[in-house]
Amino acid sequence: MKDVKVLGPGCKRCQTTAEMVQAEADKLGVAITLEKVTDYAAIAGYGIAATPGIVVDGKVVHAGGLPKAADIDAWLA
Amino acid sequence: MSCGCASPVPEVPVTPPETLSSRVLLARVALGVAAWAAVYAMLQPAADWVVAQLPLDPESHLAEALAFFVYDTPKVLMLLALVVFAMGIVRSFFSAERTRAVLAGKHEGVGNVAAASLGIVTPFCSCSAVPLFIGFVSAGVPLGVTFSFLIAAPMVNEIALGLLFALLGWKVAAAYLGFGLGIAIVAGWVIGRFRLEGWLEPWVREVRAAAVDLPPERLTLADRIDAGVEAVKDIVGKVWKWIIAGIGLGAFIHGYVPADLLAEIMGRDAWWSVPAAVLLGIPMYSSAAGIVPVVEALLGKGAALGTVLAFMMSVIALSAPEMIILRKVLSAKLIAVFAGVVGVGILGVGYLFNLLFA
Repeated sequence: MKDVKVLGPGCKRCQTTAEMVQAEADKLGVAITLEKVTDYAAIAGYGIAATPGIVVDGKVVHAGGLPKAADIDAWLA
Repeated sequence: MSCGCASPVPEVPVTPPETLSSRVLLARVALGVAAWAAVYAMLQPAADWVVAQLPLDPESHLAEALAFFVYDTPKVLMLLALVVFAMGIVRSFFSAERTRAVLAGKHEGVGNVAAASLGIVTPFCSCSAVPLFIGFVSAGVPLGVTFSFLIAAPMVNEIALGLLFALLGWKVAAAYLGFGLGIAIVAGWVIGRFRLEGWLEPWVREVRAAAVDLPPERLTLADRIDAGVEAVKDIVGKVWKWIIAGIGLGAFIHGYVPADLLAEIMGRDAWWSVPAAVLLGIPMYSSAAGIVPVVEALLGKGAALGTVLAFMMSVIALSAPEMIILRKVLSAKLIAVFAGVVGVGILGVGYLFNLLFA
């Protein structure tokens, strides 16, 4: 079970990122818990400066802009 | 500033086929640019032809307005696509996190200059403004340096510069770049001098950001070209409505507004027109792409360059919606200082432009 958090104030791009992560997880058959972190203080606490950000099992793997599907696969593997 | 916050779901990017060599890719890009140039060269005759087909007196107001609209719409959209493509590639070399690492611990002065310059090339989206602000301040970027970045990023952006260059020439674009950077640097420095850290919202000062250790991105040439193409889809897809609205307004001004009237109220002799333009610009919000066609039409009618550019800077750098977003992290007093310092800077630039470009 992977713990994935999508960091972002809830803009369209953050929604899209969360959907992409879920879609890739379904495709790979990886079980994940997906949480959206929208609180500014919590987002800042992860140390990123650009949203959306992605955190997998407590580690920041991505910040700023939409991720690539191939990269998501690598993070979930 | 325009960004993909509201853009539709993009298709999943295909993994670049490893077989495509850089040379093939560059040849494709060159071919695309050549095709672009060929179409662009045909726009004026095509527009003339279209307007000539209409049952209108070519001297009439309506014909003049239509001619402006029919020619300017494809022209501005094509120029925008080219500029955004090039900038998408440039921006793939920068990220907010890397910019922050450069700026953290920089002293005021050098830091303000670096922040304003990086503000032009760092990918930045207005929905990231708050996370970016906190991310910078909590990582030890001085408040004034952070402001230099936040002022330069929307005001001196690639859309504004590219369109000014294409429609009004390199002198205007260079002057805009220089003065825009100047405002961002000086305003940030002044705000830094005031030592206003205490005017941040209390919770912002409490944030202790974890050190982030992102794996270095390895981007191939194909990835960077992809980034350019994505930027075009994203930005042109989002701002075309603004552009059409801007050109429509420009066309109306071009066809119907009498030149004497504008020269009188927006000309060089009306000293009060610069502050009026700045005040008028604050509640208005538009992408630079929408405002440049209006600027072009106003100038054609005898408005003074400094007055018009002060209006443009005010519209894109002092926008009420952005201040409302920033209110989450800044106290109202700090926002007032920010608006005041930037407003005075724009005012100064407006008068200076009017003096220089007589």
